[in-house]
Amino acid sequence: MRILCCVKRVPAPGAKINVTADGQSVETAHLGFTTSPHEECAVEEAVQITEAQGGEVTVLTVGPSEAEEQLRYAASVGCHSIVLVPTDGTALDPQRTATIITETVQALEAEDGAFDLILFGNESADSGGFQVGVRVAHALGRPIVNGIKGIDVEADQIVARREVDAGFEVYHLPRPAICGVKEGINLPRYPTMKGRLASKKVDLVARDGDADAGGQSMIRLHRPQETAKETMILGDSEEAAGAIVDLLEEIGVMS
Amino acid sequence: MTLLVLLDHDGNPDGAAMPEASREALTAGRQLADDMGADMVAVVIGGDDIDDLAEEAGKFGAESIRHVTHDLLADYGPDAWAESLRQLADDTDADAVMAVGNDRGNEVMAFLAARLDQPFVANCTAVTDADDDEWSMTRIQWGGSLLEDATLSADVKLISFGHHSVAAAPADDAGEADVEGFEVELDESHTITMIKDRTVQTQGVTLSTAPVVVSGGRGVGSADGFAPLEELAELLGGRVGCSRAVTNNGWRPHSDQVGQTGTRIAPEIYIATGISGAIQHWVGAMASKRILAINTDPEANMVTKADYAVIADLHKVVPAVSEEIRRRRQG
Ligand SMILES: Cc1cc2nc3c(=O)[nH]c(=O)nc-3n(C[C@H](O)[C@H](O)[C@H](O)COP(=O)(O)OP(=O)(O)OC[C@H]3O[C@@H](n4cnc5c(N)ncnc54)[C@H](O)[C@@H]3O)c2cc1C
Ligand SMILES: Nc1ncnc2c1ncn2[C@@H]1O[C@H](COP(=O)(O)O)[C@@H](O)[C@H]1O
Repeated sequence: MRILCCVKRVPAPGAKINVTADGQSVETAHLGFTTSPHEECAVEEAVQITEAQGGEVTVLTVGPSEAEEQLRYAASVGCHSIVLVPTDGTALDPQRTATIITETVQALEAEDGAFDLILFGNESADSGGFQVGVRVAHALGRPIVNGIKGIDVEADQIVARREVDAGFEVYHLPRPAICGVKEGINLPRYPTMKGRLASKKVDLVARDGDADAGGQSMIRLHRPQETAKETMILGDSEEAAGAIVDLLEEIGVMS
Repeated sequence: MTLLVLLDHDGNPDGAAMPEASREALTAGRQLADDMGADMVAVVIGGDDIDDLAEEAGKFGAESIRHVTHDLLADYGPDAWAESLRQLADDTDADAVMAVGNDRGNEVMAFLAARLDQPFVANCTAVTDADDDEWSMTRIQWGGSLLEDATLSADVKLISFGHHSVAAAPADDAGEADVEGFEVELDESHTITMIKDRTVQTQGVTLSTAPVVVSGGRGVGSADGFAPLEELAELLGGRVGCSRAVTNNGWRPHSDQVGQTGTRIAPEIYIATGISGAIQHWVGAMASKRILAINTDPEANMVTKADYAVIADLHKVVPAVSEEIRRRRQG
């Protein structure tokens, strides 16, 4: 099994997100960085599949050189090789990102053979374009389904499950296939000390790649308007139960 | 000028009521068609009897309805749906295609965009300029914590409207919309990604539709600590929710998680206990009509943003509330 996971480095904001004065990016001076929880789960899923069936997991990101941190993290939880396509760090539109990833996949496959499975996150945590995986799959001529919360790898197909309100939808994708993974498919492990040390020894492969800008352009980011409201304090102990139930009665959810 | 609006339905539209998501799409589409100077054409893919859907689409301002049919459209599949839309867009010489920004809508639009090699702007909250070649719009980033002003230049404009970012409202001057069939050409290559099977979970009220959500965060402390929250939720006919700290600890399944990478909820009241209110949690809860935070920290974001708060130990307050409800119901 050869599996590829695509991840994107994003800031990890806490109570609120601030935007830089020029409106071009998130103010990251005091923030750590991470990937989308969906992508963390994609990495965990890939590692679990290769642990059960043998094989190797490659992780790919298109981003600033600092994105090495996210690649090394993936290596520390069990991925075998890490690939960075460096950018100057400005946000790329989804078409451009997809073309860069497609061409990188084609180059990697020409050297070491096709990936049996490629995993994306359901959507990136920051720009949330809901499309990079689908565009790459189309360009590679492979099937993809998004929103996947269950994957069984069978000899000639991938059985993928998508959770909906009423249960699960089941898809059968012939291999090689692509899935957009949703958080909840598994519980990602934390890196062990041994994993952290091993990840330092994994070679970082840097590959050149770029593409023309697509038709969607970002002008500026801003925070949605918030209506400031007073919080009404109902109490400071379990004595507040009476006031809470009064409230529940008043809004009609007690019947 | 023509604007196609894709209606969502659950694979089988026969006799189905129109989902709220589709009403939103038509409401946003009506405004957009107006700005474009276009006719709004609603699109239903698959099924036989779409009379109810069509009547509803008319009420929400669709000028006409195209009903896409083919033997292979027995269920939902993003390839088959996107190819159907592609052929219909071609046939109607559509200037723009839009869907609602839910899982399915965004997926179909991404497939359509890939097939047409056009940009696709997901989860718009408003299109501010649609009468030029280049459109201007505002869209959701970070699951709603941030907004992005963007422009779109494309031969065919492809967008989705963020779910819940417009309130569905029928058109004032609604007429009756004619239904016209559209037989697409599909083959087996389009059904590779079609649903092959379903497993059905029987559950009552779901997290996204529950009138009351009683949610717990890291402050609950353990999986067992959720028993009193379960009890309170049950007394109120609601559901238990949780934060990502909780799912990460394996205390609750991910289907209970509220937030950016979990479920967006909009209950009558959200009772958030032991949750600090990180922005990624908040965006999943902010559509709640009222929020009651129970937290030991008066400075917690959840508390300062809530309508009501109790500054105390949730392990004492939650059982006391259940007790009080039982007392009043007996009395
Ligand atoms: C891209 C991305 C996506 C994310 N998506 C989500 C998401 O969908 N949903 C989500 O929830 N998070 C999400 N997160 C994680 C989020 O940033 C926070 O880490 C998480 O919400 C914190 O959970 P918490 O509030 O339970 O824990 P904490 O932040 O640790 O807060 C615990 C709270 O409990 C209170 N407390 C402790 N003991 C008690 C007690 N006895 N009684 C009352 N109060 C008590 C404390 O005062 C504190 O406020 C995401 C993060 C990223 C980067
Ligand atoms: N810069 C990037 N580098 C690697 N993978 C990416 C990048 N941007 C997006 N992806 C992948 O594509 C998925 C969908 O992204 P998006 O279309 O932006 O929502 C993400 O969850 C990632 O798996």
